Amino acid sequence: MNRHDQAYAALGTVVDPELDEPITELGFVRSLVITGDDVEVHLRLPTSFCAPNFAYLMASDAKDVLVKLDWTEHVVVELDDHHDSDVINTGLAADAGYRGTFGQEAEDSLDELRVTFRRKAHTAAMERCLTELLRVDPQRDVASLGRVQLRELPDNQTTAALLRRRAALGLSVAPTELVMVDHEGHGYASDDVSLALRRARSTRISIDGNAHFCRGLLRTRYPEADHAQTPAFVPLSALTVTH
Amino acid sequence: MYSKDDVSYFIVDAHIALWDGRPENQRNIHGKQFIDCFYDYHRNLSPESEVWSYEEYLYYGAERLMNDLFRDGYIDYAIFQPVNLGEFYHRGFSQTEESFALATANPDKLTYNHYFDSRNGEAGLDQLRADAERFNLRGVKLYTAEWHGDSRGWKLDDPWAYRYFEVCQELGIRNIHVHKGPTIRPLDRDSFDVADIDHVATDFTDLNFIVEHCGLPRLDDFCWIATQEPNVHAGLAVAMPFIHTRPKYFAQIIGELLYWIGEDRIQFASDYAIWTPRWLVEAFVDFQIPEELGDYPAITTEQKKKILGLNAAKMYDIPVPPELQLPAAAEPAVGPRGADKTAESADHLVGA
Repeated sequence: MNRHDQAYAALGTVVDPELDEPITELGFVRSLVITGDDVEVHLRLPTSFCAPNFAYLMASDAKDVLVKLDWTEHVVVELDDHHDSDVINTGLAADAGYRGTFGQEAEDSLDELRVTFRRKAHTAAMERCLTELLRVDPQRDVASLGRVQLRELPDNQTTAALLRRRAALGLSVAPTELVMVDHEGHGYASDDVSLALRRARSTRISIDGNAHFCRGLLRTRYPEADHAQTPAFVPLSALTVTH
Repeated sequence: MYSKDDVSYFIVDAHIALWDGRPENQRNIHGKQFIDCFYDYHRNLSPESEVWSYEEYLYYGAERLMNDLFRDGYIDYAIFQPVNLGEFYHRGFSQTEESFALATANPDKLTYNHYFDSRNGEAGLDQLRADAERFNLRGVKLYTAEWHGDSRGWKLDDPWAYRYFEVCQELGIRNIHVHKGPTIRPLDRDSFDVADIDHVATDFTDLNFIVEHCGLPRLDDFCWIATQEPNVHAGLAVAMPFIHTRPKYFAQIIGELLYWIGEDRIQFASDYAIWTPRWLVEAFVDFQIPEELGDYPAITTEQKKKILGLNAAKMYDIPVPPELQLPAAAEPAVGPRGADKTAESADHLVGA
């Protein structure tokens, strides 16, 4: 891999926490220029008013992964066209951290926010796996989904995504573990499975819907972003019944 | 009124605005960013034939509003839900005087709701009393993400907000529309977060809390709260236009809302002028949840009638011709459980 590809691959590990997709696939990377050992990246978002805390989080994660590459010397990450571009770019240049960047406005750290969305991402990934099983066997008793183990899932992208989300939460990925667990790894009583799955479904629909909206808005705002976006990894139609 | 296949629908547009986003009203770059953001929503989700020019979009005026809603748009009744944005616009974004004059001239078609900001303290309470008298307020629209000096937002369960809700009770302002959706977001406080709704809805059971944009993109959290609180309602502004660009996704939103909160607590809105109502009404009457989405039952004509107008008409005591009225349905199976007990014991089902 040349340096450009290495840097781009590194940026591909940065996810939008709310949409649970890499910033490269969302089209958020506007430009990436390598000059010798120096890297300059410009990021763009669907609106000027996308949440500044999320914006900062993605931009600072982008800087971190680039600094970690063993050949990078001077790394510049800038967020373009955002209502807080000046504040965020100044903070990033100075490595000021979230609180240092936003000063008194930043009452909380970003850790809690990250954890909340990691949990949601796991919930949605779990629902996708279980709904796939239901699609394959519509007669299946929903309550029985609470007993499905990881080894019973097909070897596909949906399962791989669930395993990644579990690892991100520190949950075991051993084959005999239950698929349907909460963020602490606890399973559900048979009577609770149906309602818990319904809730998980609403989480998945929420995340999918955000992704549609944000992707569409980015293309409206930056028409050239069309080719930079890769299709959402689970198309909505994949979770519908096929006749 | 909209009629198709011998069925007539009484239509209430529960979220409209008359704004001025022109450069001469913009206080700073954020004024431009805000209207540009709206215009992108409009361009992105409208059918091509319904897209306005940018110039028209900046300011469209009273005459065009009346035409788009009541002559072209099938609307029987509409409710102004204004937002001030005084930090972005010299004379505010929504035009109070123009909107109120229009509502005064057309009392059979329009209601003007106003707003308050609990960060204005005692002076704001006096203002709310004066506004309630002048505008004869039945409802308010709250935009908790609004900037205010150094502050970039407030919450409905802030102590000062409670003072305001007490005054709302005293003045008969029953309908609290809360913006929980896209656009401005304060820094730490996630303005999509609907947890504060849970608290106020429990503590002010005689007020209705209409969550605009039905909490998207926190649909999951919203449904969970709304299912437990019978005075929480879903406003469909912003969700509606997905019916065109993402019909399956729209079907899932409606499917979830009907499942969790039921047909009596969902209100149609175009969010005019972000979108125009005509195509939304036509599309919704024609809409059906695709059979391939096996998780949801088909939506019925009665459910559509309630969502398109009867629910909001009931909330605002808007007269509906007797032949178009419908009785309320039973609560959905999941709630409200009358059963905070069940809800609490089920809280461990929360995914996040």
